[in-house]
Formats: sequence, structure tokens, C-alpha cells
Amino acid sequence: MKIVVCIKQVPGTSQVQIDPVTGVLIRDGRNAKMNPYDLYGLETALRLKEEQGGTITTIAMGPPPALEVLKESLWMGCDKGVLVSDRKFGGADVVATSYTLAQAIKKQGEFDLIICGKQTTDGDTAQVGPEIAENLGIPHVAYVEKILEVKEESIVVRSLLDDVTIVSEVKLPCLFTIEKGFVTPRLPSYKRGRELGNVEIPVITFTDLEDQNEKHFGLKGSPTQVERMFAPEKNTSHTKITGTKEQIVEGIMNALTERKLV
Amino acid sequence: MGKLVIDQKKVSQEVADKLIKLCPFGGFEYDGKILGFTAGCRVCKLCVRKGPEDVVKFVEDDLAESPKINKDEWKGVTVFIEHDETKVHPVAFELIGKAQELAQKTNQEVLAVLIASNEQAKDFEKQILSYGVDKLYIYAHDLFTRFLIEPYTAAMEDFINKIKPNTVLYGGTALGRSFAPRVAARFKTGLTADCTVLDMKENGDLVQIRPAFGGNVMAQIITPSHRPQMATVRYKMFRKKDSVEPHGKTIYMDVDNIDLTSRIQLLDIFQKPKSADISEADVIVACGRIFKTPEDLAMAEELAQLLGGIVAVTRPLVEEGIKDAKYQIGLSGRTVSPKLIINLGISGAVQYTAGMNSSETIISINKDPNASIFGVSHYGIVGDVFEIVPELIKKLKTERKMG
Repeated sequence: MKIVVCIKQVPGTSQVQIDPVTGVLIRDGRNAKMNPYDLYGLETALRLKEEQGGTITTIAMGPPPALEVLKESLWMGCDKGVLVSDRKFGGADVVATSYTLAQAIKKQGEFDLIICGKQTTDGDTAQVGPEIAENLGIPHVAYVEKILEVKEESIVVRSLLDDVTIVSEVKLPCLFTIEKGFVTPRLPSYKRGRELGNVEIPVITFTDLEDQNEKHFGLKGSPTQVERMFAPEKNTSHTKITGTKEQIVEGIMNALTERKLV
Repeated sequence: MGKLVIDQKKVSQEVADKLIKLCPFGGFEYDGKILGFTAGCRVCKLCVRKGPEDVVKFVEDDLAESPKINKDEWKGVTVFIEHDETKVHPVAFELIGKAQELAQKTNQEVLAVLIASNEQAKDFEKQILSYGVDKLYIYAHDLFTRFLIEPYTAAMEDFINKIKPNTVLYGGTALGRSFAPRVAARFKTGLTADCTVLDMKENGDLVQIRPAFGGNVMAQIITPSHRPQMATVRYKMFRKKDSVEPHGKTIYMDVDNIDLTSRIQLLDIFQKPKSADISEADVIVACGRIFKTPEDLAMAEELAQLLGGIVAVTRPLVEEGIKDAKYQIGLSGRTVSPKLIINLGISGAVQYTAGMNSSETIISINKDPNASIFGVSHYGIVGDVFEIVPELIKKLKTERKMG
């Protein structure tokens, strides 16, 4: 089975703030890590490979430091990492990102299954996976929690849809986004890291892709535009309840009574 | 649309260092000679506004280059009506209310699109119209009883091609978050996830506001040159309006030419065991990071019980395994709007507050007087949760005995 797993490098912290006076983004440090939801996708892929045989290629789109998450995936047991990186891809929204990733996946030849994490911790949209599937013209199932059976030309999975659980059979090739928490991701193996040594990770740039129309990539290929970013409004008009702890409790009780909540 | 251009003549080591330091995305690289952009650049134009003067400029593309659409051809604020076998998801009614506001501003109609079986269509029709829809478009076929990604996308594709709506809104449910991107990618149009505010400009551009970077930043997003514009909104983000005397009409769409092929076959569907649902609770006691163990939560559980409510938590507690994810409030969890929410030791990241700030009464206790949670609260208490809550429990118990 040939599996492609899409992974992303995300900021190590979500403590991004905007200076209310200057409007400048303040980001705490530059430490980055693998999107934690992707770990469940990787673990699902690795277990499939152990049972079924095959290969796993991981693909990450981002600036050169994203090589780190690809290396991490190799240390976990994946076979090949590919970085998709080009200045022309900068400023991409969901449409442009998923299109670029789909183009890069096509470059890897035939595949049976594409796996994504259910969402990223920096964008939180959960949209890139389904959009990749549409760009590749394959079916997708979101929020897959367990792979139940692998057949010759299809795969049976259990997925979550709010308050129901669904078992469905999906024709290959297809794409799944993986719900977190149903497998425990393994840690990268230092032994494997040593064995692999300083492995070369190929980089795919714009000129490697089939579609050579720049307007389909990066900012130009992005239908959405960020008009502005701002710090959320603060409402300072709330009633402050102060005093000793008895007075505070009295104040809370008054508030609850006033609003007919007790 | 446009691009950033660097004036290399003005670049020095010092200038490069400044820009590299300024950019929150690692968008610059400097080799000692040429300052370039990396793929990290998000074209936020911060370097243009706040960087050393005239080094980085934003150059607008020729208008001839931008895609052209005739915005007047795209009319109607549409709500996708999500449903299960027996009922419409209430998020659809909340969205109809919002669609009315947007449509009124721009003199458009409120449209709804229902993809369902014939029987479901008959069952749901009147209810949908009673929320004030002008036109309800129905795609009816037995195969549509349950959500199937490919046939549903085909029906939506047909709707968009024939009706040319200005906007399509989807509930930010598991189904909506799987379906909407599929449609967006088919039309290569913008889709903004989990909007917390929606507004519309006079020219029909949808103004979409959502928290960005999982943290304390809001982003205002538009889709200026594409139609339809699409957005998802979490359940309970907007309030459902009262139902009215129906005035709209129903239009059954031809399904004969719609490709109903599905490479996905549903084998089994089962209801997850019903558990307490925080989005339906009237009273919520919400616990933040100061609760380190499940035992810590006992106090909150007792308070919740006395108030006839339920305990919910923030993301860190779920990640630490202290409480199950279904009790998590926030954009990565559930959106709630109870009559009363008491926030215990919650700092108030947007990720969280966006999931609860439409609650009717918000009381927050936090040690930090500058905690942003106070910004969305009606009552704020600066103090120690572990001192105040036991006292409050004692008081409630006494009142109860007396009452």
C-alpha cells in the first residue's frame, strides 16, 4: 500500500498577540513543532504499513525549517519526506495550499491512500484535507477514528460525525483526516535517526509542478484576503465584585439573584 | 492582489536584521548580499508598514490581471440546510437569522438549499420556511437521506451553477466542515472557517471575522474577486430568531442530471451513547488550567450540581487527559451559550472566549487582574478560586436549607 501523509510545522506556542497600540504581531519565540494532530495521522499510517506492507511518503509545505518535521516523520518510521517550498507559494490560503499540495502529491506517482491530521493548531480550519481530496478527484472521509479493514480495492473505516459514528467502505484511492486520541503516536526513534544519518530531503519548488501558471499559487491563487488583523475588543464595563471572601460570595449571590439564576 | 518588492539598494546588514526580527513568520532570509523572502511570508505587509522606510513595498497587480467577475450576477444569501435522518440541525435556523441581516443590508433574498429524501423534504419544508426564507431550493432523492460527500457536492455544484448565489453559509459541524471545503475547492472559491462575526459590504462582499493563530488575534477576511463566498459558523455562535408566518416559496430542482455516483458506501450508523451535552446546558462551571487533577475538579462539580449545571473545561485540561474532549469549550471544542457560565481560573484566550461569549450571564474569577476573560465578563472577581468557590458552595448549601 502506498500512503502519503501530509504534515505541517506549526508555531510551538499559540501565544501570538497584537500590540493594541502599534498593531504589530508579537510572537513568542520562533520555536516550531509538528502539528500535534498530524502525529495521529502518522501513527495510523505506520500501523497500516506494519500490517499491510508498503511505503509512506510524508509531505510538508512551508519554509525550509519545515524540514525538521519531515525528519521527525522519518525517525518515526516513514520512508521518504518531501518538502514543498517556494517563495511563490507564500501567502497561500486554504484553496492555494491544498492545490499546491495536490500538485506535489501527483508528482509522487500513484498512491492508494492520503492521510491528514484532522486540523492544524495554527489555522484550526480542518479544510485543507477535504480540499486536497477534491483537487485530486478522490473521495474523502473526515474524522476517521479507526481503520477496520483493508480490502483489495477499498478500505472500511469508522468515523465520527458529531453525535453519530459511521462505518463506511471507501474505494481506493481516497483521503482520510484522522481524529485524535484513538491511537497513541510513537516517538521518533533515535536509533533509526542514527541509522538514517543526515538524510537528504528533496525539495519540490514551483518549477517542478505540472501546473506552471503562477496565478494558481501563493497569494495570487488565494481567493481570500486578510483585510486586517486586530486585537479583540475588550469590554471593561463589567461589574467588579471585590472585598473579603465573604463579601465576594455575597456579591456573587446578589448577582445570581438579580439575574434570577438561583 | 499584488506582491511585495524589496529595494535591494536600501538593504544593509542592519536593515536585514531589523526585518528578520520584525517578521513573525520567518519570512525573510539574508545571505549578506541579497535580502529575499522565504516561503514563510504570508504577505501580511507588516514589513511595509512597520519596517525600515521604503525597503519593502507592496505593488498592486494590474487590474487586468485580477480575475473579473460580475458581482451583480451573484445574488442571494444562502444557507445550506444540514439534517440527519429525522430533523434539521438547529444551526441552520441560526444561520437563516444571520442571512436575513446580511440580505437586508444589501437588498438580497434569503435562500436555503436542502438536499434530502422526498419524505424528509416534505417533513422539513414548512419548518425551514417559518424562519423567514424567501426561496427554498430542494434536491430530493432517496440517496440524499444521509450525507454522502460526492452526491451532496454534485447537488450543491448544480445549485451554485444555476442560481449563482452571492454567499453560502454552512454550520461548522463535523458534516459542514467536511462538506464546505469540498464545494469550495470545486469552485476554487474562498471559504472561511468558524466565523465569529459576519457582515456585508454594500458591494456584497462578505466580511468574515475569526480568531487567527489559535490565540489572541482576530482576522478580518474577505473574498473580493470570487463568488460564491462561503463561510462556516459554529453551532450556538448566533442566536436563532423567532419563527414567523412563512412567506417564501419552495422550488424543487431537477435531480435527473446530477451525478449520484458515490465511491463511499455507508455500512452502519450508530448513535453515540447520549452523554451530558455542554452546548445544551443552562448553567456551566468552566475550569481552566489551575485545575491540575481530576480531584481538583470535585469542587467545580459540586458547584455545578448546586446550580443545576455541568462542568466544562478549556483545551489544556483535555490535552492533559483530565476531562474528555466533549466537555471542552472553545473553537476546537464546543460553542456554548448558557444562561449562566462561571469561569474559574480561565485567562480568556480568543480560542476559548469565542466559544462562550454569547452566554447570557458571565461571571469570572481569576487571580490575574489583567486576564482577558474579564473583557467578556459581566461580573469579574479578582481572587483565588480555591478560596472563593468553597465559600460559595457553603453559602449555596445554607440558602438551599433555608429555602
